[in-house]
Amino acid sequence: MTWTFRLAPAIALAAALLGGTADAQTIKIGVNEPLTGAFAASGTYVVNGAKIAADEINAKGGILGKKIELVIEDNKSNPTEAAAVAEKLITSDKVPVLMGAWGSSLTLAVMPKLMEYEVPMVVETSSSGKITTTGNPYVFRISPPSAIEAAAFKGIVDKLELKKVDFLIINNDWGRGTAEDFSKMMKEKGITVGVVETMDQGAQDMSAQLSKLKGTDSETIIVTTAVDQLTLIFKQAAALGLKKRIITTGGSQNPDQIIAQAGAAANGTMHLTTFLPWFPDKTPNPEATNYFIAEWKKRGFDFAGCTESFRGYDGIRTVAAAIEKAGKAEPAAIKAAMWDINIKGLNGDIVFRKSGPAGKESGQSQPNVYLIEITDGKIGMKTL
Amino acid sequence: MSEFLQHLINMLVLGGTYALLGIGLTLIFGIMNVVNFTHGVLYTFGAYIMFIVVHQLGVNFFLALPLAVVAGWLLGAAIELILLRPLRGSDIDTTMLVMIGAWIAMQSGALWIWGGVAKSVTTPFPEAPLVLGPVSVSWLRLFVLAAAAMLIVVTYLLINRTKLGCAMRATFQDHDTASLMGVNVDMIYTSTFAIGSSLAAAAGALLGPVYVIFPQMGDLAAVKAFAIVILGGLGNITGAVIGGFILALAEELGAGYVSSGYRDAMGFLIIIAVLIFKPTGLFARSERVG
Repeated sequence: MTWTFRLAPAIALAAALLGGTADAQTIKIGVNEPLTGAFAASGTYVVNGAKIAADEINAKGGILGKKIELVIEDNKSNPTEAAAVAEKLITSDKVPVLMGAWGSSLTLAVMPKLMEYEVPMVVETSSSGKITTTGNPYVFRISPPSAIEAAAFKGIVDKLELKKVDFLIINNDWGRGTAEDFSKMMKEKGITVGVVETMDQGAQDMSAQLSKLKGTDSETIIVTTAVDQLTLIFKQAAALGLKKRIITTGGSQNPDQIIAQAGAAANGTMHLTTFLPWFPDKTPNPEATNYFIAEWKKRGFDFAGCTESFRGYDGIRTVAAAIEKAGKAEPAAIKAAMWDINIKGLNGDIVFRKSGPAGKESGQSQPNVYLIEITDGKIGMKTL
Repeated sequence: MSEFLQHLINMLVLGGTYALLGIGLTLIFGIMNVVNFTHGVLYTFGAYIMFIVVHQLGVNFFLALPLAVVAGWLLGAAIELILLRPLRGSDIDTTMLVMIGAWIAMQSGALWIWGGVAKSVTTPFPEAPLVLGPVSVSWLRLFVLAAAAMLIVVTYLLINRTKLGCAMRATFQDHDTASLMGVNVDMIYTSTFAIGSSLAAAAGALLGPVYVIFPQMGDLAAVKAFAIVILGGLGNITGAVIGGFILALAEELGAGYVSSGYRDAMGFLIIIAVLIFKPTGLFARSERVG
């Protein structure tokens, strides 16, 4: 028995040394995404995109002479879990910077934790305006808030001859924020806003809402939610004989998945999106886009996921650029360095501008927004 | 008016599926007195069996349905034999905890095997709906309604008109007397749980193609199933069917004329009212005590 007692401290010491060296050799980046629950599909795509960025950076020697290591946690599409996961990543894994948390409600739940522990986070997907206007200086967003989407869409409303629109939105910060920003823009353009219908994030049967929308005198419905619910909405709208024009927002549509799963029901729908994997040459950064798409396909992932996964890819590259600029993997230095980066994202240059109340501004970059239309199961671009 | 008619049609279609969810649970929860938290997982399981059989094995859609029902029956029998049989006679809390554990383990298993990305099943039905004047309904949903109605009738006859059903009712009324009368009590427990499970799997197999299939799809279904069973009265098949339609009507009219934001709340408001004013359920038979 004596050897056990002698061995135990030795093992503990070895483990501590190994653990210690592993820490010193890698730079950890916390990734807080929904891998289960209502947004599992989207969150998984973002994580896969993040892994491509990490592998690419590590293949080129890492940053500051160290490899980067993604510490990935599942926030279960649940705001409470998202906050708990952020706390775990910061206090237990000691990550100096985070990326997350996909949904607006998830991100908003994480934000107080960033203030509490003074750790910065790159927001890769969320579009609620509140995220960058409430005075949280640890937030750096690369996705377009719904006001930017609405502003981009403003240019085409005359061409689409919008007269009266209804909304069907997911009942959370994302959906409600979109309805608010788009309504404001529509009213400025003299377009009447009809009813605003909502749906629970886990709801699968939207027939009741769609039946009501079928009965109104609006000619267009603006729909905001992620791919799985969109698929169901298109199928159920077709089953109800709803023939209005549907335009979706938010950039989480995965149009190829919609075409595959909703079939003919997807024809004629339009989507505001933030990435153009179908037309790499029309993106702001064709070379990087082609590399990313090739790598995505090489790993055997579904092409449909590209429109979502590019956010994870750009998010991690943004984080890495900030760490590089900071010269050390410490939260305060990374936060300060975020303001100085200028990288070529797959959807435009990522440069943070100040947003929100003076003295505690959040960072917001200005990505592009595109409008695409599905016709006969094919994706076509509309000029905004 | 046409909007109202459309809501009524929706209610019929939705109510049929709710009824199907309810009767499987009312058998296990109401008759066996097992709080079956695996009901939702079995629903998910039936849907995934459809996906595997139709898309990976290339079997015809209509043949896949009975296969999913059989698979649900087998999984249900396995759960009863492995988890519930050793626990027979233990208190309801112990059984409930074990069933919660089984629910979490099986749901995580589904996530591990199939991943979190939703799957969809293609059906042989035309995408264009059946249009009846101002209202329209999809052929698939009509088929689901018809299949659900058939399954409900078969279950009703099985419980009320067959020897097995008679033995089932006898066993859960008085376990010892039934045993003395020559009923194979162990067999009755297993078959009741298996039948309830196969109904859950059938609901999943029918509704999976209507919606999309993902590991947590059963959670919402299970919540609704429990609501329906409470609404209709424990162990009452007719009550579960009517409860299903009442829940569907409340949701449909609530979303259509009150607020879609509170759609899911409508059903539960009714449940709270039922629990306050008629705690045994709307259609509970007078129960034999002791």
